[in-house]
Amino acid sequence: MKRWIIMGMGLIVVLTLGWEMKDSMADEDEYWERTRDVATVTNPVYKEECGSCHMAYPPGLLPGRSWGKMMAGLEDHFGENAELDSATAAELTRFLVENSADAEPQYRRSRHITRDLSSESVPLRVTELAYFQHEHREIPTRLITANSKVNSLSNCNACHQKAELGSFSEREINIPQHGKWDD
Amino acid sequence: MKLNKQIIVMSVLVTLMTPAVANEVVTKLLQDYRNEAVQPFSADAGRQLWNNAFADASGDKRSCTTCHTSDPKQAGKHARTGKRIEPLAPSVNPKRLTQEREIRKWLTRNCKWTLGRECDAQEKGNLLTYLNSI
Repeated sequence: MKRWIIMGMGLIVVLTLGWEMKDSMADEDEYWERTRDVATVTNPVYKEECGSCHMAYPPGLLPGRSWGKMMAGLEDHFGENAELDSATAAELTRFLVENSADAEPQYRRSRHITRDLSSESVPLRVTELAYFQHEHREIPTRLITANSKVNSLSNCNACHQKAELGSFSEREINIPQHGKWDD
Repeated sequence: MKLNKQIIVMSVLVTLMTPAVANEVVTKLLQDYRNEAVQPFSADAGRQLWNNAFADASGDKRSCTTCHTSDPKQAGKHARTGKRIEPLAPSVNPKRLTQEREIRKWLTRNCKWTLGRECDAQEKGNLLTYLNSI
């Protein structure tokens, strides 16, 4: 009888611990979701159409109004012709706006970008954002434009090793021909 | 013995012919373009166009080779972003020239960037014939 009671209590302890562990793992997922920089790009059409010439920038790096304006002017896309048939353009515009910085405030960087932006401004370049410039203010040009492995601040993934996943943590920076970045 | 010889001759012939054989998509596109073109398509004319340089608004030269190099069997590099461009020649990159929508999209965009205008059916046909022949 005593043995049964001990075994029963043991079982309860194991089950409770298991349940709590499961709970804390769910919390961690949620925490990760809340604090993630920007949403990861998974849309295959976007990756293919926009990622052929440059990194498929996460939509969460610009507000919806910026994406709308950009997609309306693909014939002159920063001096390049990037025109698309109207059905694909419409599909991608919808995707970009629905996942833009102002539509995804749960992501940390998206929130910062929107907060530092006046509602009238319609920036087309991520590199022109006040938040972006603030974050990159200490990096000397010799590491960027004068660095043949980087060339431009538009080349996120040259230094941010997990940029394609939407992660821009300082720990993940590795500047080519320089190394880690510590400020 | 005689049969063996025949097989060898046939194999050599097939190998020689393969690069020039267009897949269904290219065949269909060439057919479409042929209806609007004046002359038969020529790989030589396509090669010339590939290597031709055109001045842009600021006087800089642009050419297919700017991004794709003078050898379509080689990988290229986007002139602005530096992103790698896989080879265009189907003989080394079988994924190329297999989707009509892709071919039309890039011919439109890249003729406008390079020549400052759309290519006509003759030029598009020549380019496709060239890429398919090497």
